[in-house]
Amino acid sequence: MSIFVDENTKVVYQGLTGSQGRYYGMLNRDYGTQVVAGTNPKKAGTDVEGVPIFASVADAVEATGANVSCVFIPAAGVRSAVLEAAEGGVELIVVITEGVPMHDEAYFFNKLKTDYPGVRLLGPNCPGLISPGKANIGITAGHIAKEGGPVGIVSRSGTLTYQALYELKQKDIGCTTCVGIGGDPVPGTSFIDCLAAFEEDPETEAVMMIGEIGGSAEEEAAEFIAANVSKPVVAYIAGLTAPPGKKMGHAGAIVSGGKGTAQAKMDALAAAGVRIGQSPSEAGDIMDEVVAAL
Amino acid sequence: MDLFEYQGKQFFASYGMPVSPGEAVTTVDDAVAAAERLGTPVMVKAQVHTGGRGKAGGVKFAADIDAVRTHASNILGLDIRGHIVENLWIEKASDIAEEYYVSFTLDRSAKKHLGMLSAEGGVEIETVAEETPDAIAKIWVDPVHGLTEDQCRQWVLAANLNPDVTDQTVELLLKLYEAYTSGDADLVEINPLIVTPEGKVHVLDAKVTLDGNAGFRHDLAPFDATQPRDEREAAAHAKGLQYVGLEGSVGVIANGAGLAMSTVDVVNQVGGKPANFLDIGGGANADVMAGALEVINNDPDVQSIFINIFGGITRGEEVANGIIEAMNRVNIASPIVIRLDGTNADEGRALLEPHLSDRLMMAPTMLEAAREAVALAEGAAS
Repeated sequence: MSIFVDENTKVVYQGLTGSQGRYYGMLNRDYGTQVVAGTNPKKAGTDVEGVPIFASVADAVEATGANVSCVFIPAAGVRSAVLEAAEGGVELIVVITEGVPMHDEAYFFNKLKTDYPGVRLLGPNCPGLISPGKANIGITAGHIAKEGGPVGIVSRSGTLTYQALYELKQKDIGCTTCVGIGGDPVPGTSFIDCLAAFEEDPETEAVMMIGEIGGSAEEEAAEFIAANVSKPVVAYIAGLTAPPGKKMGHAGAIVSGGKGTAQAKMDALAAAGVRIGQSPSEAGDIMDEVVAAL
Repeated sequence: MDLFEYQGKQFFASYGMPVSPGEAVTTVDDAVAAAERLGTPVMVKAQVHTGGRGKAGGVKFAADIDAVRTHASNILGLDIRGHIVENLWIEKASDIAEEYYVSFTLDRSAKKHLGMLSAEGGVEIETVAEETPDAIAKIWVDPVHGLTEDQCRQWVLAANLNPDVTDQTVELLLKLYEAYTSGDADLVEINPLIVTPEGKVHVLDAKVTLDGNAGFRHDLAPFDATQPRDEREAAAHAKGLQYVGLEGSVGVIANGAGLAMSTVDVVNQVGGKPANFLDIGGGANADVMAGALEVINNDPDVQSIFINIFGGITRGEEVANGIIEAMNRVNIASPIVIRLDGTNADEGRALLEPHLSDRLMMAPTMLEAAREAVALAEGAAS
């Protein structure tokens, strides 16, 4: 099993006619993902390498049965693209686009919660998600992931997610699903959402969590783990030595007012029984031990 | 991006909020001329992107023109927490009867906007929050519905301000929320928001952080121009690179913000000091790599360079070719240690192999690469 997406998932790409959308959409299709549609109101009726283009997500859903949307629209158009996807009837909206204004994120996050409670949002500014061997949606390099289980991955960082997948594959450890939740201030899907889903998933037997400085999502995850997660969790937190007040690349990655430090996050997670790696490789080694002991 | 106080006040004024007349100047003579136009008494205020201006002597009351000249001379060039004062704001002085605090920012846990209002303004709000948390009235605003007048009135009443100014405060806070949302601010803070002896509510200070991502719907160029960047950061910014200057001697280049942060951590963990954080993004083509190497190369403190690339979609060969081409274009002063892993790493390493020397080295893991880079930096320094 896997969480959120699997071999039955059908994906519509908003922005498939753009260069990024086309590039990754085709890579996702090559991986085996059911890439069933693209949208572009000006190019409805055309196709991108055989994938039909529709005027709207609603049209694409009606014609193809798409149940997930993947958004490659430029930042200025993301707010309306997300609302269009929710209105169009998909269950999951994956926003890859980076640079979305905070007020837009806060708006559509709450709009979805209120008006489309059944719709899950992932991102913005995330690498997407992959259930190895079943579906790859977004910009993850599919071949660096080994299919199967028993590890589920949830991560705030793109390249570190790849690194985690790769290290596990080197150790011949498979992954049920790897979810990149993104580094923005208002992520649509949180660590907790993923931890809860992994806890429910019978094939996931351990969880790798990759966090970074800023905000309190890791601390909240720690509380959730202590109360609700029976499966072993291994974590790595980036930014241990980041200076306060400096944004480290991600909009959310900043230590301000002494809050959101990597140490505080590690302490909270360790107190919840999570094993902490001091580097991504060490986290991989610990996971190797954990899996061996399952 | 952080605004200077005077920019913040102009921002607030554009949303109809009451601020004092004033002028931004950069010289003593201009400060005097501004004070003559405004009429004394005035405040002479250092414009820096940091707090603690008052304690550092960066905010002075000037009763007459002589005092303006004295204070402006003293404050220009002053070092406030590492920020050298280059800009002054000369503002008509206000009489103060009461000082309040108000702010809006995103509560990332609640994923809603958080408004904080207190009758105990004029001091650091962190102190109020710690010592008398009940003195801060909080309100969580759903971004979809916005702040209604009724909600706002309840909030103002909960803060126990002077009841005579309730209506004025409600009106001002609605405008502040409008500025926060329509203006795409990450933070708006007024401390103090004052009541004058005549009973007028008035903005006396302004702290505004605008969202750089919203540049497609606002003109952020004037604010971008006044961001505090050291030379290295300015050069990297011009090349569109994600760069943060640090104090050490190991130059860091990595792809992806998380990996770049992790690289900085590993350099510290093995006892070195990173010179910077530099994220070249998911790919690693020759143009980006050359630009990154140029920025690092121009940092005189750099003694060694650690390039940490994890190939995902971008294959190892492309990364290797990018590095080789960049090295042909830029004359690099410091030795380089490369760690290349991920997609087609073996092919990439094979391409780099013939170019290896005591100026260009390769290490199999992040940790080993960090150790080598740190050893090289220390060797160069001693």
